[in-house]
Amino acid sequence: MDDLIKIYVTDLDGVKHCIEAPTDMGLSLMEAIKANELQIKATCGGMALCATCHVYIKSDHLLPTMSEDEEAMLDDAFLLGIPHSRLSCQIYLKPELDGLEVQLGENTAV
Amino acid sequence: MIETDLLIIGAGPCGLFTVFEAGLIKLRCHLIDALAEPGGQLTEIYPKKPIYDIPGLPSILAGDLVKNLMEQAAPFKPGFTLGERAETLEKTNDGKWKLVTNKGTEHLAPIVVIAGGLGCFEPRKPNLDLLDKFEDKGVEYIIKDPEIYRGQNVVIAGGGDSALDWTLFLSEVAKSVTLVHRRTTFRGHPDSIQRVMDLASAGKIELLLNSEVTALHGEDHLDKVSITNFEENNTAERNTDHFIPLFGLSPKLGPIKDWQLNLNKESISVNTFDYSTNIPGIYAVGDINDYPGKLRLILCGFHEATLMVQSAFKRIYPEKNLVLKYTTVSGVNSF
Ligand SMILES: Cc1cc2nc3c(=O)[nH]c(=O)nc-3n(C[C@H](O)[C@H](O)[C@H](O)COP(=O)(O)OP(=O)(O)OC[C@H]3O[C@@H](n4cnc5c(N)ncnc54)[C@H](O)[C@@H]3O)c2cc1C
Ligand code: FES
Repeated sequence: MDDLIKIYVTDLDGVKHCIEAPTDMGLSLMEAIKANELQIKATCGGMALCATCHVYIKSDHLLPTMSEDEEAMLDDAFLLGIPHSRLSCQIYLKPELDGLEVQLGENTAV
Repeated sequence: MIETDLLIIGAGPCGLFTVFEAGLIKLRCHLIDALAEPGGQLTEIYPKKPIYDIPGLPSILAGDLVKNLMEQAAPFKPGFTLGERAETLEKTNDGKWKLVTNKGTEHLAPIVVIAGGLGCFEPRKPNLDLLDKFEDKGVEYIIKDPEIYRGQNVVIAGGGDSALDWTLFLSEVAKSVTLVHRRTTFRGHPDSIQRVMDLASAGKIELLLNSEVTALHGEDHLDKVSITNFEENNTAERNTDHFIPLFGLSPKLGPIKDWQLNLNKESISVNTFDYSTNIPGIYAVGDINDYPGKLRLILCGFHEATLMVQSAFKRIYPEKNLVLKYTTVSGVNSF
């Protein structure tokens, strides 16, 4: 299918998984990770209110700019200054993100 | 010693609804919560968000749902131990449970209901050397008694509503208030943000943006902090009696994990017949439990609580028979 992209996710044990996700369903990266049965806490379900979906971006894809809410939440969780930190629930999947590589942050532990 | 029939750990929606269902069959309840107010995640994480999947309520703000649940439980006069964490649980000689909180408050009941949600809400703590050392010696994460700040110098850190609200409040009480925030914008009520800005321009408080507390100093008690400004790349020391980091709370399972309950990761495994755990007399309802097909939704927790109290009743009164009565028939007979 055209609208499937590949994403590489390194879990907390350091294991790299390749997941496939559709770009036409309004899924966030957090939801794609969850749907593939990788462990990610994501307490607030994607409202930028918990930071338990924190990831480090490992590839140089162009990502959507951070919203105020994402910035504020990363700040509260002491992750704002830490390079390549994003909330995976705030990154919506699009074809340009094919090949994206991320690593789960410590806060995602279930 | 506080005595009751059902001792409920967690005053989130599921704990609160348990009070109502237990009350209908004349069981008394007492709730313990680490938060200072009831409501669990609804109060702490999303009080102003609408919920759309409570049966019969097309839309309700989380804060209002908590208010309604409190009102619904009120006829059954629940007791509350708030702002304390359930710490230790042991069986007494007569087969009851004795639960002691981190503040030493003792509770006794034949039945314990764990409605602990995602766990105990604990403050997010900044990563600073000596933070542990100064806890309760100048560093506080939760403001319990604002009077202790009267005439004192206070440094607050954070960018959300609690940092803003306490800055406003303490500006009237403390000798000086400094609000330190890493960013230049706040996530809070526009009105509070405006009032903080106004106080800062009037010189009543000091507002340090793009800044962070980076070190703590003192002998037995905190007496100084270092504040780094990232934009100007400089660090200055400031005398202070208190440092109050307000970065919100996040849930942790906490002491419950040492109670010999069967766990699946951070959740308590239960039997879906009555939501009992592996330990007789201890039940678990709401987000904290786990069973095949579990969904962490408020409505599922309500259902679990309703079935659970029936089983609890039979444990307390093995000789009595319970007959289901509709509330339309029996009404709500308050205690
Ligand atoms: C942003 C967000 C949006 C949501 N939206 C919806 C929605 O639309 N619909 C829906 O059905 N659900 C929604 N949920 C999920 C819903 O909030 C939970 O299912 C619900 O809060 C679970 O209730 P509970 O009573 O089991 O636990 P909680 O609400 O988590 O309350 C548990 C309480 O127990 C206390 N506690 C735990 N351990 C201890 C201890 N050892 N000592 C003292 N106190 C302790 C905690 O401090 C906490 O206050 C949402 C959740 C979030 C975060
Ligand atoms: S899921 Fe809570 S911040 Fe992303």
